[in-house]
Amino acid sequence: MGVEKFLFYVFALTAILASLGVVGSRNPVRAALFLVLAFVATAGVWLLLQAEFLGIVLILVYVGAVMVLFLFVIMMLDINLTPLKEGFARYLPIGIVVALIVLAEMAMVINPSFFGLDSFPSPVALSATDSNTKMLGQLLFTEYLFAFELAAVLLLLSIVAAIVLTLRRRRQSEALYQDISAQVSVQASDRLTMVKMAPTVKLKEAEKGVDHE
Amino acid sequence: MNEMIQLSDVLLFGAVLFVLSLAGIFLNRKNLIIILMSIELMLLAVNTNLVAFSSFQGNMHGQVFVFFILTVAAAEAAIGLALLVLLFRNKHSINVDDLSEMKG
Repeated sequence: MGVEKFLFYVFALTAILASLGVVGSRNPVRAALFLVLAFVATAGVWLLLQAEFLGIVLILVYVGAVMVLFLFVIMMLDINLTPLKEGFARYLPIGIVVALIVLAEMAMVINPSFFGLDSFPSPVALSATDSNTKMLGQLLFTEYLFAFELAAVLLLLSIVAAIVLTLRRRRQSEALYQDISAQVSVQASDRLTMVKMAPTVKLKEAEKGVDHE
Repeated sequence: MNEMIQLSDVLLFGAVLFVLSLAGIFLNRKNLIIILMSIELMLLAVNTNLVAFSSFQGNMHGQVFVFFILTVAAAEAAIGLALLVLLFRNKHSINVDDLSEMKG
């Protein structure tokens, strides 16, 4: 067995055991930490498949940002765990049966006779000068430029949505909230007052007053 | 046993991850946080398939798609967790059974 295949089995087994931990653990913090392990192990599999940029991005973005966000939310909420685990034993048999049936059906298609080395030979190993990041960037900034910009807009949208959803409605910060009915029903007389002034002003007295002071 | 990694090995790994997270949604159907985590795991399995095909066919377009799926998944996680915080603030619970007001 080659080194690559051995490493693949190590990473794949780690990821599968970790995802078993995600599914089966009682404590959500423990499940989140198992999910981190699953992400890291899968990033190793991606590195073996010569997708270096995506492997690193998976660790940086998922483990570094998304999972920290998960842990942050789990620890912020004071969750009562006892009622959440009620259905676990009841649904365990049907869950296992459905999972095994789906897996068996998938394995009938995904087996070495269809997707083995005969029909899909191993990829040519890239030389040290070939950069996965460069190839990805060349596609991303030419052919997929519009989709790339759409993804940026999507991320902006999700920032705005997350902030708007979780902003607390405190009365002290009224400047942050629009009262739309008040804005729509405003009259010109609410904003603008006409002041009647005398057409002439006694200039001399006003100047004297300024000089004395 | 083959010396090299076969495409079917990686696809089978993705299938096992997918099925496990599917079972996770069945088993933890009360706990909204674990359901969100299972969805993340499912997306990871799909991405693994895309990376595997991209690598074995020498075609970079699959990896571009993984890039976009990662973007969408990050946005989905952020909004999902924001909704979860909002739900907990209003109901003091993240039990899915408490979300039955619409009686659908």
